[in-house]
Amino acid sequence: MRAHATASLRAARRRAGRVPVAIVVVGLILAMILALAGLAPWIAPADPTRQVLMMRLKPPGTLTASGQIYLLGTDDLGRDLLSRILFGAQVSLVVATLSVLVSTLVGVTLGMIAAWFRGWIEVIVMRLVDIVLSIPAVLLAVLTVAVLGPGFFKLILVLGLTRWPRYTRVAFGQTLQIATLPYVKAAELAGAGTARILLRHILPNIAGPLLIIATAEFGLMILFEASLSFLGLGIQPPAPSWGSIMSVGRQYVERAWWIAAFPGCCLFLLVFSVNVLGDWLRDRLDPQARVR
Amino acid sequence: MLHYVAGRLLQAIIAVFGVLTIVFIVMRFSGDPTLLLVPEGASQEAIDVLRTELGFDRPVIVQYIDYLRSLSHLDFGVSVVQRIPAFDIVATRIPYTVLLAVGALIVAVGVGIPVGIVMAVWRSGWLERSLAALVLTGQSTPTFLSGILLILVFGVMLGWLPTSGAGDLKALVLPSVALGALSMSTFARMVRISIVDELGKDYVRAGRARGLSLAGIVCRHVLRNAAIPVVTIAALEIGNLLAGAVIVETVFAWPGIGQLAIQSIQSRDFLVVQVIVLLISLVYVVTSLLADVVYALIDPRIRLAQ
Repeated sequence: MRAHATASLRAARRRAGRVPVAIVVVGLILAMILALAGLAPWIAPADPTRQVLMMRLKPPGTLTASGQIYLLGTDDLGRDLLSRILFGAQVSLVVATLSVLVSTLVGVTLGMIAAWFRGWIEVIVMRLVDIVLSIPAVLLAVLTVAVLGPGFFKLILVLGLTRWPRYTRVAFGQTLQIATLPYVKAAELAGAGTARILLRHILPNIAGPLLIIATAEFGLMILFEASLSFLGLGIQPPAPSWGSIMSVGRQYVERAWWIAAFPGCCLFLLVFSVNVLGDWLRDRLDPQARVR
Repeated sequence: MLHYVAGRLLQAIIAVFGVLTIVFIVMRFSGDPTLLLVPEGASQEAIDVLRTELGFDRPVIVQYIDYLRSLSHLDFGVSVVQRIPAFDIVATRIPYTVLLAVGALIVAVGVGIPVGIVMAVWRSGWLERSLAALVLTGQSTPTFLSGILLILVFGVMLGWLPTSGAGDLKALVLPSVALGALSMSTFARMVRISIVDELGKDYVRAGRARGLSLAGIVCRHVLRNAAIPVVTIAALEIGNLLAGAVIVETVFAWPGIGQLAIQSIQSRDFLVVQVIVLLISLVYVVTSLLADVVYALIDPRIRLAQ
């Protein structure tokens, strides 16, 4: 019994040993950011939109007369920076997650349909992919948001609809390969409908490469949301977003370095962790992709 | 070869056409396009007059054909804010963005390629690992963050370099570094992969067996072969740099087309925005076309595979 327990413990340790330390570290960072973002309403010391004009641009660690401490200082309107960053994490993660979902849904659907039906559908879809890829994504998003006007759901839609072509390319190529396999033919002969074949028999087999792209895109989406908000085209004030906090920080960079520096650090840590984890995942799931 | 170039050219033309169409659709997205083109606070009569003047009361398909026709005459419309042709407004800003893009490309190529070579040749050492961390850092830092950090360190704390505007060449340093950092990572990664690929080939082993030094093989043979994929990346990066300029120019108040784009959005001068988007997309399409053609010229396997 005991020998068995130590053996399985050793096996577990061996399995864990295969995960590099760096991955464990970034995993912990990521888990911490997720936890802090999720717990923001309970742990934030103040309302992220409450302005105290007497306390404008106070440096980190400022103590008020009433005993409240501004751990990371305040912004130009006297709002608690720590609270804004915590709620900003929520915004960043939710926008990135939803827009990755939108682009995956659109991209994979189009890619699989193009590969399954071929013919003119393939021509149209793949040409559209080329076209969308030939407009730099940031620019397309900037133009669309500018025309549509900013807003939470519009932002998600715009980000999702500018970034689907990569999924389409991969889903298309993979589906083409899988569709020629005998088991797909067998399913077809057994009377399975198109939707069933695509969803039940092909999708699970192409999910790996799609997951790799989705991870890389998740990091990009976080950057896009922050960039658009920085330009004033994303999340609108007074709602907190790391990008918009940093654009205030840019204005006050000479007097109040902390406004830009702290959300900047968080943004970097989040994207860095996602990228490291994504690279590692890619190497694990698809060893041949290392070279690419 | 001619066949390949013709096919690729056709593809580029379709892409340009598609970009024009997407921009047209996006501009008509918001309902009444006239509202996008009038200055804020315009009266209802002014809006109606402009709508008829611009022809927005006609069917969409007629408007679309008209739009393509005027673009083919290089007529991009008149800015409703400044009352001069939108293209002229953009044209005065182009030199600044070109200067910035060249600066960024120098940073990206000048740092990225040596870093990539070092990472490929001295694999699995402490040097490779620390450079890999540098590359990953560059890749994970949004340009506005690196821009603000550069301003904070070199502008505010050390006071060495100006932090905004376009006075002299010194003012170009920080924006170029901020814009080039992301591309630097891309170059380093591509060069590393490309060289690692080449190093695994038989001719390298044969050279080593004949007693050639690794440095000699790398300099004389590997770099030349590894350069081919890098040419393609360089062309694609030019498009990315122009798009990134939108953000960097805003951070550094650099008077290029990127800053103009954001200013024009704020003043609702959408014809100017349209010119900028079309211009950058055109550069993007043309550079990737050129890259593919150059690629096919250098490497016959590409065009034979078609």
